[in-house]
Amino acid sequence: MGHGPAVKLGKDDASSYKTRLGVKMFIIYTLVYAAFVGLNATNPKAMETIIFGQTAAVIWGFGLIALALVMALFYNHLCTKAEKQMNS
Amino acid sequence: MIYTQSPLAISLFVVFVLFVLGLSFYLSRRASSADGYYAAGGNIHWATNGIAFAGDYLSAASFLGICGMIATAGYDGWMYSIGYLAGWIVALFLVAEPMKRLGKYTFTDALDSKFNSKAIQLMAAISTLLVSIFYLIPQMVGAGVLVQPLLGLPHWVGVCIVGIVVTLIVATAGMASTTYVQFFKGGMLLIMSTVLVGMVLYRGLSTTPADNNGTPYHDFKTLHADSALVLVEEGYTVVSGLDSAFGKAGFVKLAKDGKESIWSMLKSDTGYTLEETLFVTKMADGTKLFNGSPAEDGQFFPIGHIKELRINGEEVTTTGAVGPLAFLSALKDSTIVLWGKKYVKIDGSTTTIYYQKPTPGSRVLRPGLKFKVDNATGLQKFNFLSLMLALFCGTAALPHILIRYYTVPSQAAARKSTIVAIAAIGFFYVLTLFMGMGAMTNGVINIADNNMSAPLLALSFGFVMFSIISSLAFATVLGTVSGLIVAASGAIAHDLMDNFLGMKMTDRGKVLAGKISAVIIGCIAIYLGIIFEGMNVSFLVGWAFAVAASANLPAILMLLFWSKTTAPGIAASILVGLVSSLGLILVSPDMWVRYGNLPADAPVQFNSPALISIPLSFLALVIVSMITQKGAAVSGAKEAA
Repeated sequence: MGHGPAVKLGKDDASSYKTRLGVKMFIIYTLVYAAFVGLNATNPKAMETIIFGQTAAVIWGFGLIALALVMALFYNHLCTKAEKQMNS
Repeated sequence: MIYTQSPLAISLFVVFVLFVLGLSFYLSRRASSADGYYAAGGNIHWATNGIAFAGDYLSAASFLGICGMIATAGYDGWMYSIGYLAGWIVALFLVAEPMKRLGKYTFTDALDSKFNSKAIQLMAAISTLLVSIFYLIPQMVGAGVLVQPLLGLPHWVGVCIVGIVVTLIVATAGMASTTYVQFFKGGMLLIMSTVLVGMVLYRGLSTTPADNNGTPYHDFKTLHADSALVLVEEGYTVVSGLDSAFGKAGFVKLAKDGKESIWSMLKSDTGYTLEETLFVTKMADGTKLFNGSPAEDGQFFPIGHIKELRINGEEVTTTGAVGPLAFLSALKDSTIVLWGKKYVKIDGSTTTIYYQKPTPGSRVLRPGLKFKVDNATGLQKFNFLSLMLALFCGTAALPHILIRYYTVPSQAAARKSTIVAIAAIGFFYVLTLFMGMGAMTNGVINIADNNMSAPLLALSFGFVMFSIISSLAFATVLGTVSGLIVAASGAIAHDLMDNFLGMKMTDRGKVLAGKISAVIIGCIAIYLGIIFEGMNVSFLVGWAFAVAASANLPAILMLLFWSKTTAPGIAASILVGLVSSLGLILVSPDMWVRYGNLPADAPVQFNSPALISIPLSFLALVIVSMITQKGAAVSGAKEAA
């Protein structure tokens, strides 16, 4: 049995652009996540600091979840734009 | 704890199971071809697939395990939520579109797309099977946990019900029914969890948890004694004092009106302050007593309360309705009673004692209660970092998640469905913090098994809410297990029988092989769900993530981003990742306890292997690929010719 896709896919000239963009955005998010984990491991008491009425840990947690969604939407916007330009 | 079965809960459960089975039989005509069975024909809309992703992913671990862990350990439980969500970034930015481009039914197809290598087909199929089975264990444990309060049936019956229903779902309609079951379940889970959090916020916080359906919160007493342990309060006699095994562990056993109780001792200026505990005694013959009585007597009380409640700097007894940020802010300023655990062994019987630990809310809302990060040793920090790495890298390597990329029609649809999943899952994980903290402060936790915290929180709002949430939790298990069984049956029927062994099968034969495989995997899952009873389901999923991240992710990433990757390199990477992660888990302290040994005697002193096994897997791929470059070049030249 072959390994190709279950449905026939069209040619995608934006593929390499999207790959490069994905790698860059992955690196940005990974650095933020690594900073969060590193701070928890090395200075957990700092996560008890109060910022905007909440512990820093709660702010970091909400921030990481919100950042994931914002970056995902931005990535999709750029990818869709590239697909329209390069595949037309 | 003793639960009362509600006819409404049972009816909802039965209706839901019948609905799911009906849907599966209705969709079974779509699954007569291999494309239909393994990839739902590849024509699912991206928005539907995105919610189905959430349905697949928000498993028993997310709903039961994380809420339970937050309810007992605060922020550390939420760290799982943050790590799980971060993993979707790896899936979106690096894996989603290439997976769709390269594969057909299984992630083995994608790995093998450039090589057509028997070694890759074999190793990737074994990896898919093992990861799926590892992930199945906590789901089945969660099912067993749920049927006890829902249907009044023992753990093993719950495991069997899920096993049989899911095997029927998968064996009738494969990925088509699984997708729609996941979509339905994922959507309902988000809606009802939002409603539950709304109810928690509307109720607000109080130092006296609300009645749990007519049962008032147990009044945990405090006694006083002098330095010779002579009690001020009358009627109590000391059964086991300072010189006993209990005394050496910081407890005292008292008796009143013929009933024994255990109290934690806090030294004071005048003697001792004694605080009531909860305890479970496992006798030498295996029978268990809860607070000295059989479980049926209902003497093992639900726990979870606030000792001192402060809002805007003032001490109050209740807050009334609060907004989400005010809820967290009030908790941060208050003192919450958490529960510690100690073991006392006497003459073959083991008593597990749960004692009160008043803790500042700001301490609860930052890491360190479960994970040892404060003044931690290097090994403890290693363990924490390793777990967070496994959560980050595991999502994009889970076979039952990866196969969902083959159910949509295009690469753009694969990307968009991942973004829908991130939005839905991220929102749900925000809710887990409120559900967990709600359970922590509403007197609903069964401290001997915290997996039920979210459904029991719902119970505090009445049987209707409990019935809906429990049925949904059960649906959560059904959905995830069906996804896992599709992935595992694909590994056997498509990767092993069809590709690796080259068995000549008709299209119908392939579907039949997938269905028979589903039945076999279902039986294995039932057996494992029974023997792993009692472990926190989110903790078990942490292991599944570690194995997936070690065995699969290095191979996927290097195939996509390193042009010198060879087929033997990929096979070696999967093998090394599997063996090292599984090997380290089997000799970890938590497994050592299950063998009946002390955790301190375990050969390795960390539980999460990812920080060793993932680099080893990358290393194996690079070394073997470098060694086999010549062969790959020759093979490539032949292909070109």
